[in-house]
Amino acid sequence: MRRRTRLVGTVLALAVAGGLAACGGSGSGAPTLTWYINPDDGGQAQIASECTEAADGAYTIETSVLPRDASAQREQLARRLAAKDSSIDLMSLDPPFIPEVAEPGFLAPIPEDVQERVTQDVVAGALAGATWKGELVTVPFWANTQLLWYRKSVAAAAGLDMTQPVTWDQLIDAVRTQDVYLAVQGIKSESLTVWINALVSSSGGEIVENPTADAAEVELGLETDAGREAARIMGTIGKEGLAGPGLPTEDENASLSVFQGDKGSFMVNWPFVWSATKAGVEDGTLDQSLLDDIGWAIYPRVDAQTPAGTPYGGINLGVGAYSEHTDLAFEAAECIVTPEHQAYYFAANGNPASNTDAYEDPQVLEAFPMAPVIRESLEQAVPRPQTPYYNDVSIGLQETWHPPSSVSPDSTPQRSTDFITAVLRGERLL
Amino acid sequence: MTTEATRERGRRRGAGDDADKQARAAHSERTRAEARLGWYLAGPAFVIMLAVTLYPILQAFYDSLFRYRLTTPDDRAFIGVENYWVILRDGFFWQSVAVTVLITLVTVVVELILGFALALVMHRAIRRLRGLLRTAILVPYGIITVVSAFAWFYAFDINSGYINHWFGWVPGISTDLNWFAQTGTSLFVIIASEIWKTTPFISLLLLSGLAQVPSDLEEAAEVDGATAWQRFRRVIIPNMKAAIMVAVLFRALDAFRIFDNVFIMTNGANGTTVLSLLAYKTSIGRLEIGLGSAISVLLFLCVILICWVAIKLFKVDLASARGE
Repeated sequence: MRRRTRLVGTVLALAVAGGLAACGGSGSGAPTLTWYINPDDGGQAQIASECTEAADGAYTIETSVLPRDASAQREQLARRLAAKDSSIDLMSLDPPFIPEVAEPGFLAPIPEDVQERVTQDVVAGALAGATWKGELVTVPFWANTQLLWYRKSVAAAAGLDMTQPVTWDQLIDAVRTQDVYLAVQGIKSESLTVWINALVSSSGGEIVENPTADAAEVELGLETDAGREAARIMGTIGKEGLAGPGLPTEDENASLSVFQGDKGSFMVNWPFVWSATKAGVEDGTLDQSLLDDIGWAIYPRVDAQTPAGTPYGGINLGVGAYSEHTDLAFEAAECIVTPEHQAYYFAANGNPASNTDAYEDPQVLEAFPMAPVIRESLEQAVPRPQTPYYNDVSIGLQETWHPPSSVSPDSTPQRSTDFITAVLRGERLL
Repeated sequence: MTTEATRERGRRRGAGDDADKQARAAHSERTRAEARLGWYLAGPAFVIMLAVTLYPILQAFYDSLFRYRLTTPDDRAFIGVENYWVILRDGFFWQSVAVTVLITLVTVVVELILGFALALVMHRAIRRLRGLLRTAILVPYGIITVVSAFAWFYAFDINSGYINHWFGWVPGISTDLNWFAQTGTSLFVIIASEIWKTTPFISLLLLSGLAQVPSDLEEAAEVDGATAWQRFRRVIIPNMKAAIMVAVLFRALDAFRIFDNVFIMTNGANGTTVLSLLAYKTSIGRLEIGLGSAISVLLFLCVILICWVAIKLFKVDLASARGE
């Protein structure tokens, strides 16, 4: 009995000692920077380890993985930052949520010299997304954009010349005549906001016309020709069932399944679809003929004469205002976003670079033959509304534009405007 | 003689009174000591309970009186009951209440009927099969709610689901049916998964109630010529009222606080937002601490109301059941 007690005591002592040792960091003496990352295929952890090596003992970067969902990542980071969590040295931030954390001063200001270095050769869309109130508040890392993916056979049968920009109406007609499904994201989530924003901005409109205004003074640009045109396109696709019965619950992955299926035709989606399809062919779950049939182009236009406002996503790096090592964190951020690291991340994990140099990398061009189109798309990409109240605007849009079959140009823009405005004024629940 | 006898009786009575008093004093001393011991034993747990339940409730009530968003800390201001005013005037809130009440009512009623049937089966089962039967019936309850929610979601999902293929012969079901695209079908799946998951719980509670019904009462009723239905209504049900109340109360509270199933399956789309989800979305999603706390306080008041209604409705005094 006594022996057992002693054994339990020893185990407990070891556990406590182990715990304390873990709290103490690596013990090498160099500060440990914690980088909160979004889940990926291991690319950010690899870059962190390379930068730790390059720092030559000046600092160590440890990664801490955030939830998979972008909204959940935002929630966790915002809660920690509001609690002045000093463990956040670096964070991978989704661009639409940047104003929300920049406005209350949760991000450390970027020194002038760092700003100069990290903005060189960066695509326009990524720069716009990293900025708030004319100031660069985050370091552009990787920049995502949606392309129009198509099945060459369907496009040819529909008589579409895919070397030229195509419009949503042309796609709608092609899907009607070919009796196939158009793959779009109609699920009530952030994906729907991405679609709405792309449709509105492609007509030259803006969902939020005065992004820097206070909540009560925010003005929406939905009750415009651009807003009504966006509603017309979405409503037509929804009402006529052109995207198939799965549209109201269709996210990016479900869209890909539809596109890869028997009735696949056209799809708007992020570049991950290419590596995912290639992996499917390598695994033997998809045919090589499918991969050979896939083409890509710039996002569809709303108006034939106006270039599309292509969707912009990706990840920027923020340095926590309450970090105890902000100087080192900026040093680390500069290391993380070098064109070499961005090229590696693009080729290995399929996340496009924000730096134009990375697009010349042979590895990238081999893995992603559509890299030049991605770069072109990023140059004309339009960020989602940049306001500290983005989340309310986005959820408000989802509440009023879902399901797509209920969207009508005559009523949806007005209903959406009234609802979101009331929510921002604190008069309605969301 | 009479006087002597009276005196003697008086002496005896007096002695008896003293003994009674002494016994009562000893008894009350013992009771007090037991009560003290009870407090010593339960006190720490009571303090911890207060810390983990009462403190957050009071904090939520306090926060609900403020306009406070985590990402605009400088804008924090005391606004009294304005948050409650905004919530109670909002149709979205009442829609959430309606959906929550609907889910609660349907699940509790169906579970009560199914649970009773299962409890009767378990009660009447052959002794050798009883253990196996109870284990088999309890399996769904042993599964974590989030896991069961995902299982049901993937089963009914239009892309990955098999339900549409298996039940394509049922009128109204086809491969094109998107269960999570409309209110009615979404609620159907949410409610069905809830019933599947928690019927075992209610049946187990009812089984314990059935075991408490005296068999001689049932036999007497049978001898008196009562039919099976009459025995069930007049003998079994009244004798297990306390067990039914506990089952209904626990399940009603649980159903009213439903979150996981809705969160996983629809995330509130198609008008399926329930109160817990609304509180979560407001506090955690929108970081609106004041407004979200006010919704949580209202949810808490609803839970208190359900307890009160259940206890009044069943007229069960649980204290008297313990012989106090």
